[in-house]
Amino acid sequence: MEVLDIDARAAKLGIDWSQVNLDSIQLPPGQDFGIESDDEAVYHDDQSEFDTGFGNIIVVDHLPVVPMEKFEKLEGVVKKIYNQIGVIKENGLWMPVDPDTKMTLGYCFIEFNSPQEAQNAKEKSHGYKLDKSHIFAVNMFDDFDRLMNVKEEWEPPQARPYVPGENLQKWLTDEKARDQLVIRSGPDTEVFWNDARQKNPEPVHKRPYWTESYVQWSPLGTYLVTLHKQGAAVWGGADTFTRLMRYQHSMVKLVDFSPGEKYLVTYHSQEPSNPRDASKVEIKVFDVRTGRMMRDFKGSADEFSIGGPGGVAGASWPVFRWAGGKDDKYFAKLSKNTISVYETETFSLIDKKSMKVDNVVDICWSPTDSILSLFVPEQGGGNQPAKVALVSIPSKVELRQKNLFSVSDCKMYWQSSGEYLAVKVDRYTKTKKSTYSGFELFRIKERDIPIEVLELDNKNDKIIAFAWEPKGHRFAVIHGDQPRPDVSFYSMKTAQNTGRVSKLGTLKAKQANALFWSPTGKYIILAGLKGFNGQLEFFNVDELETMATAEHFMATDIEWDPTGRYVATAVTSVHEMENGFTIWSFNGNLLYRILKDHFFQLAWRPRPPSFLTAEKEEEIAKNLKKYSKKYEAEDQDVSLLLSEQDREKRKALNEEWEKWVMQWKSLHEEEKLARQSLRDGEVSDVEEDEYEAKEVEFEDVIDVTEEIVQESM
Amino acid sequence: MRPILMKGHERPLTFLRYNRDGDLLFSCAKDHTPTLWYADNGERLGTYRGHNGAVWCCDVSRDSSRLITGSADQTAKLWDVQSGQELFTFKFGSPTRSVDFSVGDHLAVITTDPFMERTSAIHVKRIAEDPQDQVADSVLVLQSPEGRKRINRAVWGPLNQTIVSGGEDAVIRIWDSETGKLLKESDGEVGHKKPITSLAKAADDSHFITGSLDKTAKLWDMRTLTLIKTYSTVVPVNAVTMSPLLNHVVLGGGQDASAVTTTDHRAGKFEAKFYDKILQEEIGGVKGHFGPINALAFNPDGRSFSSGGEDGYVRLHHLDPDYFNIKI
Repeated sequence: MEVLDIDARAAKLGIDWSQVNLDSIQLPPGQDFGIESDDEAVYHDDQSEFDTGFGNIIVVDHLPVVPMEKFEKLEGVVKKIYNQIGVIKENGLWMPVDPDTKMTLGYCFIEFNSPQEAQNAKEKSHGYKLDKSHIFAVNMFDDFDRLMNVKEEWEPPQARPYVPGENLQKWLTDEKARDQLVIRSGPDTEVFWNDARQKNPEPVHKRPYWTESYVQWSPLGTYLVTLHKQGAAVWGGADTFTRLMRYQHSMVKLVDFSPGEKYLVTYHSQEPSNPRDASKVEIKVFDVRTGRMMRDFKGSADEFSIGGPGGVAGASWPVFRWAGGKDDKYFAKLSKNTISVYETETFSLIDKKSMKVDNVVDICWSPTDSILSLFVPEQGGGNQPAKVALVSIPSKVELRQKNLFSVSDCKMYWQSSGEYLAVKVDRYTKTKKSTYSGFELFRIKERDIPIEVLELDNKNDKIIAFAWEPKGHRFAVIHGDQPRPDVSFYSMKTAQNTGRVSKLGTLKAKQANALFWSPTGKYIILAGLKGFNGQLEFFNVDELETMATAEHFMATDIEWDPTGRYVATAVTSVHEMENGFTIWSFNGNLLYRILKDHFFQLAWRPRPPSFLTAEKEEEIAKNLKKYSKKYEAEDQDVSLLLSEQDREKRKALNEEWEKWVMQWKSLHEEEKLARQSLRDGEVSDVEEDEYEAKEVEFEDVIDVTEEIVQESM
Repeated sequence: MRPILMKGHERPLTFLRYNRDGDLLFSCAKDHTPTLWYADNGERLGTYRGHNGAVWCCDVSRDSSRLITGSADQTAKLWDVQSGQELFTFKFGSPTRSVDFSVGDHLAVITTDPFMERTSAIHVKRIAEDPQDQVADSVLVLQSPEGRKRINRAVWGPLNQTIVSGGEDAVIRIWDSETGKLLKESDGEVGHKKPITSLAKAADDSHFITGSLDKTAKLWDMRTLTLIKTYSTVVPVNAVTMSPLLNHVVLGGGQDASAVTTTDHRAGKFEAKFYDKILQEEIGGVKGHFGPINALAFNPDGRSFSSGGEDGYVRLHHLDPDYFNIKI
């Protein structure tokens, strides 16, 4: 009924429509006069969801053909097989019988409770050998439908017109050669240019609620990945950030890229309903560009971690470690007593077998080659020594191994170009009451991989941090006792000593607990994070001298930009106070500081490796003066422009302010008389008061003493 | 510039006020006795005894004869400045938060907190020439639309025609002081986002500055309520003042008193920060307090200022000659 009709009808019946309280009308029970309830539509929607189709039915073929006498027996056998896999619905098994011959037809239909179970049953029982001549062929019922509908004649697929993709590397062509960084604070995720010249970040893209947990750059900086309830998404593009691809994985928790950013690994774990069970883990590997899922792994958390149940968080991330190099060829998983190495051509195990290594606890890929280093701790109460071994993949040949005695723990550190491997070994002292540390240094690129043992000057020093110089031959160690440990620098080769490690120098009593090498080497930041309140020392290792010391109070994170020109230090929301970040130059000049409440994350956009050869880079470094001229001129221009803009701005502000003041003055003048009357005729306004400064000389007799001066005779 | 430390209060400071001549400084604290000091050398002149609760605010008449104080003991009191004698007590059913004499000192505006069933209110009282004739009746009572939110400060507008108030609801309101009508409200878009803690007006009543827990201070036109400037800092702002001489504003604050003991004093930023009033840029800071700054006041001659902290000290700073030549 139209509203107008209702009004007309009401007028006819003499009802004043506005007086009727519609809410007070109660319909007789069971009668709705065709009025739809508000939630009825919702109810209908719910119903449609239960319509699941035939997805939960499988067809089992190649069953024996049996007469009616044996029908029940066969049915029993089939039921027994499938009840092990899933729950068959009541009357869910139907084996047709040929009405002429009274024999079965050699196939049956089985209906499960859920499509998942059906899928599982299909996968598990396809190829099941009942006996020699009866090997099950299992198909989904839906597949039959689909395959029946395939057209007889082949149609060539329509070629879609080529759409040129966006230039995903455009940010690298920035005229000012700036770097980007992403930050998360409060609900916002923002990408900035780090514009050190302007002493200010220049915004690129900002979006509230861009991600539901965190964001991550891909290793070469092409993509930014965000996490959502439905899965992960990658963003990138020429000018702004557009969504390039989505990867469906509900409730994804963690993501990881392969080093060449061809593949994306997503991780999800589900808390078990029974706390004694291990949590369920699902891991998917996607092809980044096509978005296709290449492989998924499911299982309990125990299968993806070692050393007891995975705990609340599930497995330790990343579960799959990718072999070095840009080819993304292999990835490995460590689980109890086994190392599973997969290759990405088929996404299956190499040689279809995992490697059995008893008690292995840690594996590490070389960052450039497909060499795996692994560590096995002592077993049998010291009867079997601990072992560090290097294994070449895919041949699985052990390149080198070293047995170590009375070891409590080992940590492996690869140098970024895969030339060296340092193994920090914690050994028990004779009494077994304490431990001391030493290093085993492997030279991977030399013949037979020589191993060298390095002990610190003071063997009992605790090792607080260790870091290789990226692409270099040096490393730094923080050792000694808190709160003022020492920092030592070593080199794997010096001019005098090519085959031996030698110490370059030791800095005594530094407030540092973390090391951050510049990505280009040479410079290092000795940082005292957390407990040390954010002490920073910018150090030049070539000259062994301190360039600057500074403090970013309470700093929690430090990250070099990918070019090694700038450093960001940040206070994230682990503290309440002074959240935000600071940008420094490589030599410790504070450039600018941005404060943001609830600051969660800062990440520089990585750059792909340079195309320049090492020789070319060296040549540029040699003739730096020639190249830098251009940039110095640019710097000058920018600073001139800035000060000009600044002057303009200030002038405008001052003029605006003058306007206000003039206005106030005139109003104040107008109101003068009114104010006087409010003050009972007192004339004085503060500014009208004319104080007269008079200088008054005032003399006062404070004290009079009489002194008799005797004239000496 | 060596500050003079004035230790006379046993509890955190709440308010500071200079008289018009700039020779006297009144201080209020959470102990119950407002105190009078020589503004030049920080010597204590006397105290005003009689309140039975924290004293939140005070104002002194133009001729420095009368003092009015507002206290958590649910009263506002009038005092004889010279003798320290209590002249009259206004009783309210809830704590009084702020007091302000009008131009001519014939009226006073007093704000009261929400308490039990009572909502926050602004009272206008007539102040009699002779204390004998003083009556307790209010001339006008204004009710804030946000009755459960505290009004932290209310002051007279130009020519006593308006009353300007700000409080916990982060909104600044201008009221007609004759009719009690709400004339203007600050815009939620540009206004403060968190409670307004302090409000200080210019000597000629043309503009005023507000400080807020949203870590900003804002400068407003007093007649039109136009936002003119915003000053951003890194800590919540508890106190604001403006130099009467130079184009400088001073902000004071620090983190919540409850968080003081759990954070390093360096993180607290208990500094009085100087900003250029026009360019909105930070000029410098005066350190010293070891608790948040709760009160700031500039001497009317612009050559000294004082700050009062949660630490119970009043610090009196005579500004160096260098200060008057700052160029940015």
